[in-house]
Amino acid sequence: MQALYAQLLVGLINGSFYALLSLGLAVIFGMLNIINFAHGALYMMGAFVAYFLLNLGGINYWWALLLAPIIVGIFGMILERTMLQWLTGLDHLYGLLLTFGIALIVQGVFQNYFGSSGLPYAIPEQLRGGMNLGFMFLPIYRGWVVVFSLAVCLATWFLIEKTQLGAYLRAATENPTLVRAFGINVPRMITLTYGLGVGLAALAGVLSAPINQVRPLMGADLIIVVFAVVVIGGMGSIMGSIITGFALGVIEGLTKYFYPEASNTVVFVLMVLVLLVKPTGLTGRAA
Amino acid sequence: MKHSISAMLLGTALALGAAGGAVAQDKNIKIGVLTDNSGLYADLGGAGSTVAAQMAIEDSGLAAKGWKLDLISADHQNKPDIGSTIARQWIDVEKVDIFMDVLNSGVALAVNNIVKEKNSILINTGAATSDLTNAQCSPNTVHWVYDTYMLANSTGQALVKAGGDTWYFLTADYAFGHALERDTAAVVVKSGGKVIGNVKHPLNTADFSSFLLQAQASKAKIIGMANAGGDTTNTIKQASEFGIVSGGQKLAGLLLFITDVHSLGLKVAQGLNFTETFYWDMNDGTRAFSKRFSERMKNKAMPSMVQAGVYSGLLHYFKALEAMGGNPHDGAKVVAKMKEMPTDDALFGKGTIRADGRKLHPAYLFEVKKPEESKGPWDYYKLIGTTPGDLAFRPLSESACPLVKK
Repeated sequence: MQALYAQLLVGLINGSFYALLSLGLAVIFGMLNIINFAHGALYMMGAFVAYFLLNLGGINYWWALLLAPIIVGIFGMILERTMLQWLTGLDHLYGLLLTFGIALIVQGVFQNYFGSSGLPYAIPEQLRGGMNLGFMFLPIYRGWVVVFSLAVCLATWFLIEKTQLGAYLRAATENPTLVRAFGINVPRMITLTYGLGVGLAALAGVLSAPINQVRPLMGADLIIVVFAVVVIGGMGSIMGSIITGFALGVIEGLTKYFYPEASNTVVFVLMVLVLLVKPTGLTGRAA
Repeated sequence: MKHSISAMLLGTALALGAAGGAVAQDKNIKIGVLTDNSGLYADLGGAGSTVAAQMAIEDSGLAAKGWKLDLISADHQNKPDIGSTIARQWIDVEKVDIFMDVLNSGVALAVNNIVKEKNSILINTGAATSDLTNAQCSPNTVHWVYDTYMLANSTGQALVKAGGDTWYFLTADYAFGHALERDTAAVVVKSGGKVIGNVKHPLNTADFSSFLLQAQASKAKIIGMANAGGDTTNTIKQASEFGIVSGGQKLAGLLLFITDVHSLGLKVAQGLNFTETFYWDMNDGTRAFSKRFSERMKNKAMPSMVQAGVYSGLLHYFKALEAMGGNPHDGAKVVAKMKEMPTDDALFGKGTIRADGRKLHPAYLFEVKKPEESKGPWDYYKLIGTTPGDLAFRPLSESACPLVKK
């Protein structure tokens, strides 16, 4: 029984990464209608920026949490301005192909210069060590990841669903022409939204840098699972992707305990089941 | 590629010059490096293996003696089906004579069968499974650098002797992990230890915390990592997070490469024990080769034992070809010649190739240095024990290989 609690907690930790990443995807899909396949590569860039900040600039983890999302977010906004914006109104497939191509190029460039085994990034001093919870030894850093990403997820949800700015955004996706008529700069808002989604990916990258090696392929391995999370949760649903992210982390964690061999397929099995029963995803609305 | 073109031109020119005299011998060979160029094993094989092959071609001097040498490489993406498709295409269309590297045991076993069926040659320097020279042995295959039996034998025995008598295995769920766990468990039991559990994880896993918690709960003294590459580095890094080593359990890296240690950094990797058959800083010969190798690498990495094996294996292959004088396309015949001749090169020292295709050379037990002991980048290992070649690998008396006469 003790082991089971531990696995639940570990699942929650992985779930926080799924939640952060799928949230970014959901925001981008919901607002821009783009299936952002570059998300994994941008997540990886977040981790690499943290690495560079520390090793080239001596800038620590805490600043990286703030700076890396901004830097990668700006990179994302440049992508949106120069490439993605031309795809407005076209079939989803074009956005998918473009972002997939961008992901391959970015990963290729990083792999060319940094190899595939990755670079080390140490856990910040304040978060080292762990607590004995009785049923498990919880590294403080992992606890921090859960709390922090939950807070970020909820803040994003609040921003989009409960504020004036969020209302503009949602309105702009429903009917951009009308919103423009009210004097709101819709293209700029869309660029900023893409930047926000990308920033969330980069933030997840910084959070994961001390846990995993900082590797060029770290995002490629994760992105497929995250897409499954988004599909299960319902494309474009903010709360849906947060909840599904955490829930699937837990389910995957339990699978690792009861039948480890299936642990990297269980998410996809669930995805198939959900698609069979409710093709719009658990919380999705019919298009 | 520039080199191979100039080698070709030179070769052709010389061949034309010599054609008037002696009976025309076929002196064309094509070498194929089949490896993981983009995935989790790309640093320990990958582009570095192609560089090593290129260096062997240049150092052999064969081009000046009228041989025409071609080199191609491909990425098998760690998928046996892709590896098999490339292998068939290479043999049937590209007329490749010899396969080098072929890391990943799953791919290696698949290619091993095709090479045997088509009478080609495989000098495997990257895959770990000892089945390549045991039940699956072939007259067309030489297993050059290391294998799971040797790793188990050297590292496993040393750790049990040092008091680590209860083991829990964290195993990569494919041919390699299974073979490494099986071979190590056998050594542990034989040396008086006990295996109290295992967990199999999918290849290329990012998060090991679930598995590590299970290993921690088992209270085994040794957690044996029967995995490799990125899987091992992530395990080690996360184990330190969960306080596994500080809690009194010891991690045993059953297969670690210098590129893994480099990637982890000494702070995390210090104190690990494991076995390799090559380290760049062993003697003048290894240092000289490694320096030249690292200058040609984009990230200035030192060679892994897999890449060193590509160089050493090819040099021996070339020696056999020279001794035969030409007509290099009968795979089994060339391999038989290679087995006849003793091996000797600067990287692995003197050795032999056994009837079952196993190349014999010493195995070294290393310990990773503490950060303060290291004099700079890539100065990572302390040698703590050497097992001679004839004792390091599976004795022929235990072999299930049909090529071994009993």
